Amino acid sequence: MSQTRSPIQQVAVLSVLLLVSLAAIAFVVGVSVGIGDLPIPLSTTYVAITNRLGWTAIELNRIHETVIWDYRLSRALVAAFCGAGLALSGAIMQSLLRNPLAEPYVLGISAGASSGAVAIVILGLGSGAVSLSAGAFAGAFAAFFFVALLSNGTRGGADRTILAGVAASQLFNAATSYVVTTSGNAQQARDVMFWLLGSFGGVRWPEFMLVSVVVGICLIVCLAYARVLDAFAFGDEAAASLGVNVGWARIILFALTAMMTATIVSMVGTIGFVGLVVPHAARFVVGPLHIRLLPACAIVGAIFMVLADIASRALIPQQVLPIGVVTALVGVPFFAVILYRFQRVS
Amino acid sequence: MSIRTDNLTWKIGRKTILDDVSFEAKPGQMLGLLGPNGSGKTSLLRLLAGLKKPHSGSVTLEGWDIKSIGRRAMAQRVAFVEQHAATNSNLKVIDVVKLGRFPHRSMFSGWSKADDDAVSEALDRAGMSEKRDDRWQSLSGGEKQRAHIARALAQSPKELILDEPTNHLDIQHQISLMRLVSSLPVTSIIALHDLNHAAMFCDRLIVMQRGKIVASGAPEEILTQDLLRDVFSVDARVETSPHHARPHIHYLR
Repeated sequence: MSQTRSPIQQVAVLSVLLLVSLAAIAFVVGVSVGIGDLPIPLSTTYVAITNRLGWTAIELNRIHETVIWDYRLSRALVAAFCGAGLALSGAIMQSLLRNPLAEPYVLGISAGASSGAVAIVILGLGSGAVSLSAGAFAGAFAAFFFVALLSNGTRGGADRTILAGVAASQLFNAATSYVVTTSGNAQQARDVMFWLLGSFGGVRWPEFMLVSVVVGICLIVCLAYARVLDAFAFGDEAAASLGVNVGWARIILFALTAMMTATIVSMVGTIGFVGLVVPHAARFVVGPLHIRLLPACAIVGAIFMVLADIASRALIPQQVLPIGVVTALVGVPFFAVILYRFQRVS
Repeated sequence: MSIRTDNLTWKIGRKTILDDVSFEAKPGQMLGLLGPNGSGKTSLLRLLAGLKKPHSGSVTLEGWDIKSIGRRAMAQRVAFVEQHAATNSNLKVIDVVKLGRFPHRSMFSGWSKADDDAVSEALDRAGMSEKRDDRWQSLSGGEKQRAHIARALAQSPKELILDEPTNHLDIQHQISLMRLVSSLPVTSIIALHDLNHAAMFCDRLIVMQRGKIVASGAPEEILTQDLLRDVFSVDARVETSPHHARPHIHYLR
């Protein structure tokens, strides 16, 4: 492809694709904002946004404007960034660990986050000064360092890292279950379980600021590492013989995914299958080269998550399904297809 | 002087894999590395490529210890073709060969004419030009091997290290690969199992046994009946081939 098109054509194609994707994201975000107990038309949403940006000054229903700005828009945008971040992390994990079933939680991050959350909510560590999110973030990083230690720093290979991740997940999940089952307070246990399944309820602009900055920076750094990720296709030694500093590349890329995943998990809980499913879907469309795969993952992940959030609110009237339930309901059949395909290839 | 090792020793745990290995590869020559399974050939090649660090002794490149050469600088002149380099990714052949340009490009530099030429020439030499747009998982074992060699050639190396590259190839491609490597204007170090191919194409041979070098020199000097019996445990007669004037080994039943 790169041989047949001139650089100007390439830039043009790229800009068009980028514009189309951004328009698609804007559209689903608009739809997401419109759905709820108070339906809001798409046009009202966009006028509300352009009003705030100072581009237009059209009189709008006060209640509509408040609902859009204070509740729904931030939620939809956080969903988009979480989807992008999880899909990006999944793609990097799959490439670095050379395992098609790797996903963002493979390093035990979700298990660590749940232990951290439980420690704060049920055991009351931090005596109220530390929020559930901060506890989950600390737990996620504790699990990440535990895995790094078990897999012998960066010298251990991909298989060792995966095994260490499995061990860490078991350990932290067991700790969580122990605390939850022995705790006397059923309501608290229920709250934690609900949080673990994932929910965008309660996310506002501060969460948006955090997740957009983290995912945005990580996306840029990952794009700079796109060629390095390509070089890992034939394994760590092949990458090293091509001149990649394998140890450093692994540290930086693992740390970036841990950062994104921990931020997302501590904010909205463990949303499964997005990180597993989206990279495979994106690979079918744009191929395995990371310079195309990573942006595609971010875009598809964002759209998928916003759609899942819409489904979680629209499937059952008057009730919000945990987002993790929705993504898993879509994700599990897809997972089965991937397994089936790989069986046939090998 | 191209690649040279001095008293190289390497261990896995307490087991000594390479024991006091010293040799020198002369520029432009094709050096064959022979020895039974487990004699340390692959380990030696990995140390030469700088993928493992020796416990003692050193590997030097033009007189410089490779410890002092950065990974990227090393990859700009030494290319390594592994024995089992598999992937579950479905890259195109051209994208795999382009990986060979990795050490020559900085993180943000674009794709240059020089890169393009190196990749085209490498594909040509390895006979993979027609397969350039084929997907990796659709290739045969031999085609994958030749794509790996094209990738190594795209690195524009001065030293080429190959670990049993003729495995899985049919006889036509075995011979054409040996011919290709011997015709390249690079220093090559190649681990081989086929002693007759080694005798036909290599300028010099090194024979290893249990981590030590037990013989080295021109094929006609070292490929003897006694060596084949002592190192490889086979009965054979060695004659000078009337066709190519190199030693030819007749294995006895």
